[in-house]
Amino acid sequence: MLNRPPADISPSEITPPEIYRDRRRFMQGMGALAAGVALGAAPDAEAGIKLAGVRDSAYKLDEKNTPYKDVTTYNNFYEFGTGKDDPADRAGSLKTRPWTVAVEGAVRRPQTWDIDALLKLAPLEERVYRMRCVEGWSMVIPWVGFPLNELIRRAEPTGNAKYVEFITLDDPKQMPGQRSRVLDWPYVEGLRLDEAMHPLTLLAVGLYGEVLPNQNGAPIRLVVPWKYGFKSAKSIVKMRFVEKQPTSSWMAALPREYGFYSNVNPQVDHPRWSQAKERRIGEFLKRDTLMFNGYGEQVASLYRGMDLKKFF
Amino acid sequence: MGAALRNPKFWIFGLCLLPLLRLIVLGVGGGLGANPIEFITRSTGTWTLVGLLVTLSVTPLRRLTGHVDLVRYRRMLGLFTFFYASLHFVTYIWLDQFFDPAAIARDIVKRPFITVGFTAFVLLIPLASTSTQAMMRRLGRRWQLLHRLIYPIAVLGIIHYLWLVKKDLTDPLMYGGILVLLLAGRLPWGVALLQATRDRWLPARDRTRRLG
Repeated sequence: MLNRPPADISPSEITPPEIYRDRRRFMQGMGALAAGVALGAAPDAEAGIKLAGVRDSAYKLDEKNTPYKDVTTYNNFYEFGTGKDDPADRAGSLKTRPWTVAVEGAVRRPQTWDIDALLKLAPLEERVYRMRCVEGWSMVIPWVGFPLNELIRRAEPTGNAKYVEFITLDDPKQMPGQRSRVLDWPYVEGLRLDEAMHPLTLLAVGLYGEVLPNQNGAPIRLVVPWKYGFKSAKSIVKMRFVEKQPTSSWMAALPREYGFYSNVNPQVDHPRWSQAKERRIGEFLKRDTLMFNGYGEQVASLYRGMDLKKFF
Repeated sequence: MGAALRNPKFWIFGLCLLPLLRLIVLGVGGGLGANPIEFITRSTGTWTLVGLLVTLSVTPLRRLTGHVDLVRYRRMLGLFTFFYASLHFVTYIWLDQFFDPAAIARDIVKRPFITVGFTAFVLLIPLASTSTQAMMRRLGRRWQLLHRLIYPIAVLGIIHYLWLVKKDLTDPLMYGGILVLLLAGRLPWGVALLQATRDRWLPARDRTRRLG
């Protein structure tokens, strides 16, 4: 599945990010004028800046990329509200500079990384991944980032590090959705250490070759393509290496519905809806959901011998 | 024409078509977002619930205001509710599942929120089909009994909404709260409360004129 030629998408089929953004800036400008300027959220300063020195990678799909507009306006990011358009509307209040990411816990070299240092930690590469939301829709997104294992190796986990916990920023002033107790803030996610070390697991800092928009989890987020989207924590401020399996925000909120693993699995339904099929954003007919979101070849061995109905 | 424009039914009819008109305008203009099918499903579902609540508010409003003639608009409101419920159902069958009978049957049996939503829709059918004057006459007292089905239907509609949201229960609870108030307005103490409010705020003379 990997090492395929680049996605065969004709340039005319999607709006290039620059053009889309120009339109958006124009609209935002008009909106700001109408509102008497400076009211409401200022568009994030960093998003849309071309990332320099992004290498190509072997991680391509021969599936059409989801248009930039859909990737950046249809989001689940409850820190900004539970509506799909809330993040795009309200994430302007998130300040991505200065920003630090604390790496701590069972590691020999705990460190608080400045985001700009983190961006230079490893060469940035483009990876096109499928993204399957637990709600039954999916996208194909060209991320920019580097493998999480680059960071983990530098932290030198000790023998006690069995899991990694990822913690999102907790600041209701920047994240207005946190004023509602819809989830227990901060947002917490977790991976087993071998999952976190897996070469597919990405720390993403951009998409479509540009700096990550705030609504997509700027300045740095996780992308774990074989798991449901909510496992890929956004706007990360802390990674903690721990011995016991972390309790993620969704496990704490609805333990019967969300398990720790949350691997994409068409045979294990969500208790309230089927996971057998998905709607790819932009397509009319549903497609079959693939085991491990189509990454079984790479990751199935991580779960050998496990009952995936039990460890959902 | 002038007479038609003076008839409130004309305006209510137009008002009831606005949600559909909005979907059409948004659809033509590409304004349904990244997931248009979800948008249409949500929108038609929401307006079905709104329709149910508006229809159920006729009786309490009548008691509160003394405008007995409000009941003349109830049938149209009920039929529009059925209209949006049908659009909701067709969206699911056609756009969402694309006529996959196996998948639909599985859904109805296995997904509790679909089970209750489907039940509510099926129960609406006899109400819509007995809405004519002739049917009212033919069924007599049994008509009223049959049309009490609207209460369980509304409750099922709220449960359908509660069970389908992922986590944020704000909206379904808001609709549910309104339904509770509307149903309470039918209980003896609710009726008494509505009438006491009317006695207090509407002068007796005015009331006689309206009732007369």
